[in-house]
Amino acid sequence: MDYLDQLESEAIHIMREVAGQFERPALLFSGGKDSITLVHLARKAFRPGKFPFPLVHIDTGHNFQEALDFRDWLANSLGERLIVRYVEDTIREKKLKEPTGRNATRNGLQTFTLLDAIEEFEFDCCIGGARRDEEKARAKERVFSVRDEFGSWDPKRQRPELWNLYNGRIHKGENVRVFPISNWTELDVWNYIRRENIALPSLYFAHDRELILRDGKLMATAGGVIQADTDDQIVTRRVRFRTVGDISCTAASESEAETLDTVIDEIQATRISERGETRMDDQLSEAAMEDRKKGGYF
Amino acid sequence: MDLLRFITAGSVDDGKSTLIGRLLYDSKSILADQLEAIERATKGRDDGTVDLALLTDGLRSEREQGITIDVAYRYFQTTARKFIIVDAPGHIQYTRNLESGASNCQLAVVLVDARHGVVEQTRRHSLIASMLGIPHLVVAVNKMDLVGYSQDVFSDICIQYAELAKKLNAKDITFIPMSALNGDNVVDKSANMPWYDGPALLAHLETVELSNDINLTLGRFPQGRLPVQYVIRPQTTELHDYRGYAGKVNSGTFRVGDAITVLPSGQTSTISRIEANEQDINEAIASQSVILHLADDIDISRGDLIVSADHQPTVSQNVEGMLCWMDAKELKVGSKYVLQVGTSRTRCSVRAIPYQLNIETYEHIEDVESLGLNALAKVILRTAQPIAFDPYVQNRFNGGAILIDETSNVTVGAVMLEGEAE
Repeated sequence: MDYLDQLESEAIHIMREVAGQFERPALLFSGGKDSITLVHLARKAFRPGKFPFPLVHIDTGHNFQEALDFRDWLANSLGERLIVRYVEDTIREKKLKEPTGRNATRNGLQTFTLLDAIEEFEFDCCIGGARRDEEKARAKERVFSVRDEFGSWDPKRQRPELWNLYNGRIHKGENVRVFPISNWTELDVWNYIRRENIALPSLYFAHDRELILRDGKLMATAGGVIQADTDDQIVTRRVRFRTVGDISCTAASESEAETLDTVIDEIQATRISERGETRMDDQLSEAAMEDRKKGGYF
Repeated sequence: MDLLRFITAGSVDDGKSTLIGRLLYDSKSILADQLEAIERATKGRDDGTVDLALLTDGLRSEREQGITIDVAYRYFQTTARKFIIVDAPGHIQYTRNLESGASNCQLAVVLVDARHGVVEQTRRHSLIASMLGIPHLVVAVNKMDLVGYSQDVFSDICIQYAELAKKLNAKDITFIPMSALNGDNVVDKSANMPWYDGPALLAHLETVELSNDINLTLGRFPQGRLPVQYVIRPQTTELHDYRGYAGKVNSGTFRVGDAITVLPSGQTSTISRIEANEQDINEAIASQSVILHLADDIDISRGDLIVSADHQPTVSQNVEGMLCWMDAKELKVGSKYVLQVGTSRTRCSVRAIPYQLNIETYEHIEDVESLGLNALAKVILRTAQPIAFDPYVQNRFNGGAILIDETSNVTVGAVMLEGEAE
């Protein structure tokens, strides 16, 4: 078996362990390429049966319309259940204070909505599309990552995890985050999408778009999520998104790549990491991701 | 392209993280922004060098203390191979994290500080690598720059290590003198050690022969084993009678028409259909995730093991094996746990601890009644239900088991099963 077959089989095995070990699992779906890959793997793991979990999207209200349309289309065409919970509602109900200022983002507030959704549906397991190559705190996380009732990750007390034996036994109130594509790299995901001919939202391919040029990063004007300051320049460029997340913290890359082949060529040639190029939220501090995970983040 | 998973082990400050940083840096696998980030973090160091260890020490407390607490995984590839590096902690208190990372590796790089030679952690990590059945070992004699790149120092360490290795189950050992800090013999061959005529580490990693390793080839352990993970039953009108047994083939091959046995119950049937990738296939091979269908309607659920009828594993309630104990709470004779092998879980109790291994001398310590954190010992377990398994040395995925604490739910031990106990 070649390495993509090995990674695929490992991921399918992990998904089936979720189905076998948990009462009420969920698959966290963002509309990005990694969670789209998870859905494709779930088909391979469970068809012709139904998925043993719903797709759950935590919507910040700041998502690209293309990603939302794609999400609805995908869930609909698969005939699988989609649950959407809105950060907007959590802000209102819990009277949360929204971050303000120039680079404000609701990304961090997703945690509150996620934990509420876990409580509402009594999810004992949430499958996520995080990869260890993305970020160095993630590089340390187990495939089955046990979280306490506050969703906190305790990096000093991770369970041993040997061979392909995953221990999902938990106490009531705890839950497990499971990452089937832990061992995939960004390039593995792209090569797999190409091999399997997996459909992606159009955002991932070159298109003309109006953007705000801010601190060297191209941020979308879509939806009016980011307000231009007097220092900012509004430009139109041919771009694609290397990652698709919340509009407020996902930057675009200038590109002419309109096909999977050319996107992969560009990613192979780049000297900048995925999160470094596109994510504003990790650049706040050296331990930004670790801190968010301790707080219950994906 | 094939994939090599390898672990780096060794004592604290032997330079593991630096070695990995060097491997990534010299093979141009570090991206510009990642390098900038560590340059920012090391600004203010007197010698002006970049601390490559910061690439892998991903936790705040690791960076604060300058140590590695948990395993970090790093990924890189060359034109020859794809690699998953498992960067393991050297501190004894985090040995269980090292064991977690090592369990899926085909190769271990054990670092030895040229100034100190073989020390306790060298012995411990070599023993663990051997118990876990890692087939290839590289002894990286690091910090050669601090001993004047002396051939005598290197040779002495090789002799010292070879002595220790006699007591281990290690077949393929390679010695490489290096300086991870300066890049000698990591990616590029060193001009400082003209007396060394072997390969640099990366060249060795790219060429080490993997095709004979456990569970990797069909020939090595041809007996078909598939633990049932999940039963797929759509229960729709058009698929009313569909019953598929989903699982990953641990070893061997299953073909349509093969006679199989379901363990531990012993029921028999034949394979009527195999699916993978939403398509029908004729044959399922080791490490493939598939769905099996059987000709007869028999009772099968998660936890059962489907095996080729002509090559059956051991089925027993009394088993023995080597244990790595991973919990601060002691294991005592008579203690009860949940034992997981494949997808089956059953309660078990510790009947006896025939001996514990002395980490320094590898000698047996007999008459042991309890085991503390990080102990390595032979144990005899009595299980509530029979378990079906193969000896770990023959089949890693059907002979490796974990012990789970019934009240905390934590994984507290790893057992390499050997066979039925008397």
